[in-house]
Amino acid sequence: MSIRLENLNYVYSPGTAYEKHALKDVSLTIPHGEFVGIIGHTGSGKSTLIQHLNGLIRATSGQIYYNEENIYQDGYNMKELRSQVGLVFQYPEHQLFEIDVMTDVCFGPKNQGLTLDECRERALEALRLVGLKEKYYKASPFELSGGQKRRAAIAGVLAMRPRVLVLDEPTAGLDPKGRDDILEQIAYLHRQTDMTVILVSHSMEDIARYADRIIVMNHGEVMYNDEPKKVFAHFRELEEVGLAAPQVTYIMHDLKERGLAVDTGVTTVEEAADEIMAAMR
Amino acid sequence: MIRDITIGQYYPAKSVLHRLDPRVKLVSTLLYLISLFLFKSIPGYIMATLFLFGVIRVSKVPFKHIVKGLRAVVMLLMITVIFNLFLTRDGAVLFHKWIFTITEGGLRTAVYMTIRLIYLIIGSSLMTFTTTPNELTDGIEKLLYPLNKLHVPVHEVAMMMSIALRFIPILLEETDKIMKAQIARGADLESGNMIQRAKSMIPILVPLFVSAFRRANDLAMAMEARCYRGGEGRTKMNPLHYKTRDRIAYIVVIVYVIGVFFVGRYVPLGIWIF
Repeated sequence: MSIRLENLNYVYSPGTAYEKHALKDVSLTIPHGEFVGIIGHTGSGKSTLIQHLNGLIRATSGQIYYNEENIYQDGYNMKELRSQVGLVFQYPEHQLFEIDVMTDVCFGPKNQGLTLDECRERALEALRLVGLKEKYYKASPFELSGGQKRRAAIAGVLAMRPRVLVLDEPTAGLDPKGRDDILEQIAYLHRQTDMTVILVSHSMEDIARYADRIIVMNHGEVMYNDEPKKVFAHFRELEEVGLAAPQVTYIMHDLKERGLAVDTGVTTVEEAADEIMAAMR
Repeated sequence: MIRDITIGQYYPAKSVLHRLDPRVKLVSTLLYLISLFLFKSIPGYIMATLFLFGVIRVSKVPFKHIVKGLRAVVMLLMITVIFNLFLTRDGAVLFHKWIFTITEGGLRTAVYMTIRLIYLIIGSSLMTFTTTPNELTDGIEKLLYPLNKLHVPVHEVAMMMSIALRFIPILLEETDKIMKAQIARGADLESGNMIQRAKSMIPILVPLFVSAFRRANDLAMAMEARCYRGGEGRTKMNPLHYKTRDRIAYIVVIVYVIGVFFVGRYVPLGIWIF
């Protein structure tokens, strides 16, 4: 159970004035059950990359293997792939359209050909997983608040019971509380199920907290692909491409420079606090 | 998928045509369209063709790109051909079977109408290929400005046009995004009969309408926040002024129109191919 990309290239509008080489020779392996963070500034190709994972965009060249099966081979079941690899777009609430939340969440399972009862069962499960209160199930999706809409939309993808969940900036446009709630919920999902989670973001803090591995994209290329602390060790290079390591990385490096024996590899505020406490004793 | 629609979309390039005053391009396009109906003979067509290809060369828009835009109107062209071919009864009968009759006159009209239509579409899309929507509405506003005296709200109309034009690419992109999002949720947009396919558009159309209204609201708010209150007393950042190249362009176009008119009418080669 894994996703493997081999020398993936993608060119937008080839042969016109708008031509853009969005992905350059991307090779990656994402094993099953991992929590992967993809980071990069605007236009680095991260959104383009994830749309390849469920076959929405066809690569100009290169191959993608899902469970060691080439998704570009003739007769490959794309519909099945799309229910295995659930993709939550940026601002997913913009895709809500049904008369009530419940029916909207049922849209995915219904397309999978499930019976009405199965759809409802899955929708209920998904709505519970995203933590949306029961009183909203029968409300129009357009009456909900921004954060609730987003939960409903994420539930719409979860209801298909994907094996891989890809989220494109799920916290964009939310307030700090809404952002933490959604991220916690995603981390909870990852712990509860054995789903692979691929989280696209441009906030290092968010990614550092949850991801097992970070993929840094720059100008359509994979710049780093490593565990968080090893990626953050390159914080100077990250700055050069318009990104930054989490603030704790800077603090720890500063402390170490000033003679405090701390581990600069910590990635979250809590770990940093423990580390400093230990060093002070 | 939906980005392939090229008809009428600005094509950035550095050419004289791109730099021309939009008013020149508007008036010239109009004159060219009229000129297509001023002649009835082969020499006229040759002149119109030469002029069109000359302008395409100058515009630096790749020929392939222009042809791609024509694909969107293939249906319209087909209908024109079929109607003219079978419904015109004029001259010798060339083909007859059951209810289908092709006459010499019908074939001639079909061929020439198609050429005219194609030239018409290429001519007008050349204008939009080389003029940004903003320039275009600027040009229209200035050209129609005299109508203000007749209490025609020229500025408002121009503003509405530029907003509408500006929204085309935005809504196209939005449609693309929503389509992808629904496909990712297993929506099937391609198979099924007419009714099923129409039904499968609902998950795309509802969010699209909602987003169009949301964007309209945001835009209205943003305009008000910048104190927009109509055209009265509003000045331009880049006012339009005719330059030498614009005058030359006018002369070229007028010479062409007069030329095509006289060539089409008086050159003795007024024979038809058939």
